[in-house]
Amino acid sequence: MSFFARFAQNRGALIGLIILLLIIVMAILAPLLFPESPWRMVQRPFLPPLSQDGYLLGTDTMGRNVAAGLMHGAWVSLLIGLVSTSVALLIGVPLGAIAGYYGGLIDDVLMRFTEFFQTIPNFALAIVLVAIMQPSITSIVLAIALVSWPPVARLVRAEFMSLRHREYVEAARLVGQTNSTIILRQILPNTLSPIIVLASLMVATAILLESALSFLGLGDPNVMSWGYMIGAARTVIRQAWWLSFFPGVAILLTVLALNLVGEGLDDALNPKLSRER
Amino acid sequence: MTVTIDSKKENPSVETVLSIRDLSVALPKGADRALAVENVSYDVNRGEIMCVVGESGSGKSMAANTVMGLLPKGVRPVQGEVNFLGQDVITLTEKQHRALRGLKIGMIFQEPMTALNPLMRVGAQIAEVFEAHGQLTPKQRQERALELLIEVGIPQPEKAISAYPFELSGGQRQRVMIAMALALEPVLLIADEPTTALDVTTQAQILELIRDLKRRRGMAVMFITHDFGVVAEIANRVCVMRHGKIVEIGEAKEVLENPQNAYTKALIAAIPSNAVPPHRETSQVAPLLEIKQLNKVFRSRGGWFKPAREVRALDDISLTLARGETMGIVGESGSGKSTLGRCVVRLEHPDSGELLLDGVNLSQLKGDALRRERHRVQMIFQDPYASLNPRTRVGMAIAQGPMANGTPKDVALKQAGELLDLVGLGASAVERFPHEFSGGQRQRIGIARALALNPELIVADEAVSALDVSIQAQVLELLEELKQRLSLSLLFITHDLRVAAQICDRIVVMQHGRIVEQGSAEQIFLQPKEAYTQSLLDAIPGRQAPVAATA
Repeated sequence: MSFFARFAQNRGALIGLIILLLIIVMAILAPLLFPESPWRMVQRPFLPPLSQDGYLLGTDTMGRNVAAGLMHGAWVSLLIGLVSTSVALLIGVPLGAIAGYYGGLIDDVLMRFTEFFQTIPNFALAIVLVAIMQPSITSIVLAIALVSWPPVARLVRAEFMSLRHREYVEAARLVGQTNSTIILRQILPNTLSPIIVLASLMVATAILLESALSFLGLGDPNVMSWGYMIGAARTVIRQAWWLSFFPGVAILLTVLALNLVGEGLDDALNPKLSRER
Repeated sequence: MTVTIDSKKENPSVETVLSIRDLSVALPKGADRALAVENVSYDVNRGEIMCVVGESGSGKSMAANTVMGLLPKGVRPVQGEVNFLGQDVITLTEKQHRALRGLKIGMIFQEPMTALNPLMRVGAQIAEVFEAHGQLTPKQRQERALELLIEVGIPQPEKAISAYPFELSGGQRQRVMIAMALALEPVLLIADEPTTALDVTTQAQILELIRDLKRRRGMAVMFITHDFGVVAEIANRVCVMRHGKIVEIGEAKEVLENPQNAYTKALIAAIPSNAVPPHRETSQVAPLLEIKQLNKVFRSRGGWFKPAREVRALDDISLTLARGETMGIVGESGSGKSTLGRCVVRLEHPDSGELLLDGVNLSQLKGDALRRERHRVQMIFQDPYASLNPRTRVGMAIAQGPMANGTPKDVALKQAGELLDLVGLGASAVERFPHEFSGGQRQRIGIARALALNPELIVADEAVSALDVSIQAQVLELLEELKQRLSLSLLFITHDLRVAAQICDRIVVMQHGRIVEQGSAEQIFLQPKEAYTQSLLDAIPGRQAPVAATA
């Protein structure tokens, strides 16, 4: 059975994948449907949804088109969520794997290093990092990645610690496999499930973290993001619900889709489940 | 076959406590068979031990779980009745069942390590049984707990009552479990493999205790086991089950001496024989493995207020193993036998001493030098479920060894197919994942993996102890055959003297990290020199009892 066929057996995963693809299509089509900058003021402010042709989702406090912002923002929010999560995984997984596999002094050193990051409140550190590096997409992605890798390292370390004494790992040592082969081929595949689940949640957190940064005025001033839209609409939530509602739904759907896809990936990668069904 | 279900008719004085009639229990859809047990009928009488025997998957525990109302989700009785003291327990609600559990029926489980709450003192756990049924005052509960601990024969009961489970040994924990089961003086005691996780000598003591309690209290005991040796020790009546059906039922003596059913005969024959191991010629060639004064101490880090603890796992071990010879290392848990095996394959680093394999000292090698020598000594692991990576195909699992040593992938995979053929699984197994195989088949895969590197020595650490007796016999046969064909040397670590007797040329008995006695298998069994060896031999279940068809 092909990998995709196994993936598609999980109906939720398929739905998630479709939602995710729709969001990506939205991001790609944004410049075509709304060629003008989403920051431009095009109508009078506080126009409710469906009240006027061409402004399906209404306008915001400054008379900007909400639909345009939503579509342009999709690109940035997805980019920030996925890239910063990937970077966090790239830092956290190897650190956790090495600490958990070798133990002892190496473990102590790496974990103290991790704790150093964990003791500083996430958000405060992110603010400081962005402020130092000047707000831009790159600096925001980097800042989010740097504050979100410690839980990954901890999780991977714990998994490695419990798996490294399994008999199949000892068997691999006995036949003369090198440590790197054992880490990559024997243990890492068996830690995938929790990593995938954590990663899909981290994408969500990253999107939210970006929105919080935007709210404080530390977003990239050149790009529209869902987070910025929600942040800007918070003060008027009682007068104009649609301003925070639509980007909020967009974030919710993205996170849900990512979770479903993550679960489907996990099932498809697990030989036991895929054959039983 | 004459099945005497109703023992009442023969002997009117017998009081039936539990009577199971035509019980069928359905498994959820998609299981390997429709009914877990089918048309099962038997009685358990007061003052009698009824042994339910069967291999894994025979449904032997299902009837007991029905009685306790502890059937897993999706599994339900579909036919028949379970009559306990005149009450049909199948129709009871959960609340009524709960009132029955503990009060009228006590139960002991297999794993004394996990059946107790690790954070509760022993006395409190026993008192909890009274509390659950709203009996006695807290003070009386503690007093009763102490009485019970005395009754089940725990050493220093005054101390044990305020001990935490981790401070007790496996046998002592099982005694605590029995004390809890007995707390409310149940009419029926259900024991589900209560001695399987214990050492032979401890097993013998627990069996003695159960027999003794039955006599003193006149309880009915339902004893579930896979081991005919245990049956011979303890049973009044036996019920042999296979694939959810009763194949034979009757008085223990009759079934053991004169089994009627072919399956029962096969099971009894598969018990590692009680007969003395046959005399084997020990070849006088140059030794393959020489162990000289091997030492290993495990140290736990001490704290500010707690001294560091030292366990001497290996204390000056010296022995030699000839080429083509099988040596058994026998001992109870904690004797250091596994540590010895792990040192030989170098999963553990010995503190001092020499491990000479064909003249090369392996004991102090490290890093890459060690990795290059690893292929010469391989290991077969105990747990067939944990020793294979669930995400690696079987062929790959076997080929990984040769590949790590430089064989190209396609050649290694082809060899893996041949090896799978050799261990009797067929080359088609290469493409499959471990979970598609049974325990015995997985153990064969483990053997194929160990053979893949053409080792000179194989260490088998409890390689058959997780398997059913009939499978055990097959795997031992395979090992013996491979040994002959490939002229391997085998270091066979086991807690089971019966298994050792079957396969070993020489036997080393270990205790507390030291070698107590070593000699040919025949010598150890017939003329043990040390008292400890003798006590191990005496503890073998079913050794004194008459068991037929073992020839």
